[in-house]
Amino acid sequence: MSSTFAIILTGILVAAACASLGCFLILRRMAMLADAISHAILPGLVAGYFIAQGPSLLAGFFGAALAGLITVGLVELLKNTQRVGGESAIGIVFPAMFALGTFLVSKYYADVHLDADAVLYGNIEFVGFDHWYLGETDLGPQSLWIMGCLCLINLIFISVFYKELKLATFDAGLAATLGFSPILIHYGLMAVVSITTVGAFTAVGAILVVALMIVPAATAYLLTDRLPWMIGLAIAAGAIAAVAGFGLAFMLNGSVAGAIATVTGVEFGLALLFSSKQGLVARAQRLARQRIQFAADTLLVHLLQHEGSPDAAHESTIDHLQSELQWNNKFAQRVLDLAQRRSLVRCQGQQLELTTSGRERSQQVLQLGRG
Amino acid sequence: MNASAKPLAIHDLTVAYQDKPVLWDIDLSVPTGVLAAIVGPNGAGKSTLIKATLGLMPVAAGTVEMFGQPYAKARRMVGYVPQRSSVDWDFPTNALDVVLMGTYGQLGWIKRPSKADREWALHCLEQLAMADFAQRQISQLSGGQQQRVFLARALAQRAQLYLMDEPFVGVDAVTERAIISLLQQLRSDGKTVICVHHDLDSAPEYFDWVALLNVRMIAAGPMKTIWTPENISQTYGGRTQSLIRGAA
Repeated sequence: MSSTFAIILTGILVAAACASLGCFLILRRMAMLADAISHAILPGLVAGYFIAQGPSLLAGFFGAALAGLITVGLVELLKNTQRVGGESAIGIVFPAMFALGTFLVSKYYADVHLDADAVLYGNIEFVGFDHWYLGETDLGPQSLWIMGCLCLINLIFISVFYKELKLATFDAGLAATLGFSPILIHYGLMAVVSITTVGAFTAVGAILVVALMIVPAATAYLLTDRLPWMIGLAIAAGAIAAVAGFGLAFMLNGSVAGAIATVTGVEFGLALLFSSKQGLVARAQRLARQRIQFAADTLLVHLLQHEGSPDAAHESTIDHLQSELQWNNKFAQRVLDLAQRRSLVRCQGQQLELTTSGRERSQQVLQLGRG
Repeated sequence: MNASAKPLAIHDLTVAYQDKPVLWDIDLSVPTGVLAAIVGPNGAGKSTLIKATLGLMPVAAGTVEMFGQPYAKARRMVGYVPQRSSVDWDFPTNALDVVLMGTYGQLGWIKRPSKADREWALHCLEQLAMADFAQRQISQLSGGQQQRVFLARALAQRAQLYLMDEPFVGVDAVTERAIISLLQQLRSDGKTVICVHHDLDSAPEYFDWVALLNVRMIAAGPMKTIWTPENISQTYGGRTQSLIRGAA
């Protein structure tokens, strides 16, 4: 297997493993908790290595999962004292855990390969070099195996407990009354988030794990209003970011992990602007339409008020609208176009008059305003 | 299930936030087949009573039994309608899916809802005239429609006892009528319904049983014997007597 392919595949697996869990973090409004866990697992990792007396994969996973759960537990405890607000509790716990981790690294592992750069930025570029062997047989890159397993674990976790995760996320109260402990589900999810973070951070580093966990899920949330689609789109957005990020890094000769995370940000920006559901562009168009719609109604009411009165001829000219209603030329024309297209208003030279349906509509509008 | 046991029996229930009691020594026993209202002023502990009953809140003292059993054993017989504002309506799902959640309790862990469960959920939506909105994203529903989805979900639980937290708050006239007819339907099917209710005017019209609560239980029993100006005035600290029209 070529090392390029191994890097891209690892990136896709990391993205899929992270993004699928990220959907639930986004929906539970817990994006910050992922950030906290990604930093707080460090002391657990060190403690695991310490107990196993060397960089052992399994010990690292256990230590990190435990540290993740301790972090979540501490945050909950701190919140329950009601002395510190939710997000602040996270902000207090994770720097402390991370600091403890860095201290332990500098004290016990100053000489081994667990340096700060690797922890923060990862080194997906070297994925191809670190192979696993069974006797003499080359099994392929180690990271690929780890991320493949984690990806599988996460997808199984989500599909087996889909119903429970959905219920506890949407309505924890109902989940509790139906006998699905939301606390158990919360800690279960956090345990999976913790081990995923450990597995992923060797590839992309602790900071970028957060990007892959949160940003693709947030992007998918903008694009759909069905949960299964959200999970699928999040994985797709993550995978596309992995591939495009690798290409970008290759072209510009930069950090792969950095490029991947940057692409997730670009994807989010595009979704925010162009999503048909709640994108800013769609919303701006909707607002503009509503503005013209409202202006057309204003015109109808104006014509109705002056209909049959002595000043009707004067009040109902196009020029008068522009000066009195403070509409500029272009806007007045668009409003008039709309009103004529819907045959609410007739144009007799400079003179405007209501059609029958225009009169009905304007009376309706007045009624609505009153109700 | 013990046929003679009351749907809900609360003894000496006390709930406190730190050292401030929210509910003081509550005794309440609700008979089968009534539409009961829990009425009281703001801060009387009405919602707290429901939540403590369902184990959603730590209890300082006292016992709660449903059909003669602790709640953990009676879960399947109890349906719950939380306040509409307690969930995030931007959650990516549709009305039918929310109603389907009502069947999860019967399913237990891991098992997925079947086609029959879906049909049942749709039937429950129909009961509240919401079948046309089954596929509608829940954030696109009006407040009243969201409330009807919550009631359909409770219906989907196939419970014997329903606990509802302010089902009439902020709903339109259509929804109000739909809820009332559902409640009457449930009563005629022999179910018991207990609602937190804050509107004194409509309480005697909608409900036939009442518990007047203000931290302590002031009075509880059939509407026609309990709904007296003295009791209501005692519950509200004598402030709102002039507002009460329906009182005997």
